[in-house]
Amino acid sequence: MSDRLSLVFAALADPIRRDIVARLSVGDATVGELAEPHQVSTQAISKHLKVLETAGLVSSARDAQRRPRHLEAEVFDLMTAWIERYRARAEERFSRLDEVLAELDDRPRAQDRPRAQGAAS
Amino acid sequence: MSSTSTRQTTITADPNLPTIRIEREFDAPVERVFRAWTDPELFARWIGPRNRRTTIAEWDARTGGHWRYSVADADGGQVASFYGSFHEVRPHERLVQTFTYEGYPDGVSLETATFTDLGDGRTSVSCLSVVESLELRDSILSSGMDTGVIEGYEKLDALLS
Repeated sequence: MSDRLSLVFAALADPIRRDIVARLSVGDATVGELAEPHQVSTQAISKHLKVLETAGLVSSARDAQRRPRHLEAEVFDLMTAWIERYRARAEERFSRLDEVLAELDDRPRAQDRPRAQGAAS
Repeated sequence: MSSTSTRQTTITADPNLPTIRIEREFDAPVERVFRAWTDPELFARWIGPRNRRTTIAEWDARTGGHWRYSVADADGGQVASFYGSFHEVRPHERLVQTFTYEGYPDGVSLETATFTDLGDGRTSVSCLSVVESLELRDSILSSGMDTGVIEGYEKLDALLS
């Protein structure tokens, strides 16, 4: 299941594919329009689009003539949610650390030394 | 008593490198923050996750030393164990460790924590994790060690199917 998400991240690891995503965030576009700003063939762009489609980031409309590509914005919202969840877990951990540190404040100065390092084991 | 910190945790995942950087500031002098990272009793109190109890089995926080701890649920059932080495312990500045989840012994990440004295009794810590592949990094980011993400996976499946 997380393989799906890996596909999303991997799809975005390529600078041309990130450009394509940026372009599509403005509006749907055809392969030709997407190829224009790049020094690569439309075939190369098609390959990149295939990767983005496999990751669920981009879909193509049924309009057979132009087949404009469309950005699936929900997937990005979900990715943001994943990272936010990870961040929230880290923040939760550090809030506990805040409490530990606050307690250390109250202790006498003599104990305020890292015990683990000099200690004979 | 609690020191309410308004410092926010920031996460950076490089799109091209298998790394995760976590940064946070603390309202405590660098000596104490470093101590909370290297004293096993203190470390066990905050590393978490929530509703889990961390038991330190081995802990030699010296350059070349090693560590091992396990995490148990509220009933004492063991959930996961982790181990690694202290590659470098440079007091109040830098802590470099390897990190392996016992359930996946082929995987090892390199964890570097850099401590910066901000003056006025404040400290910033930057934790850089380097794992072996972007795929692994992303699965760590997406699942972590939490069990509460299943509904998220289902949602993602529904979205991508």
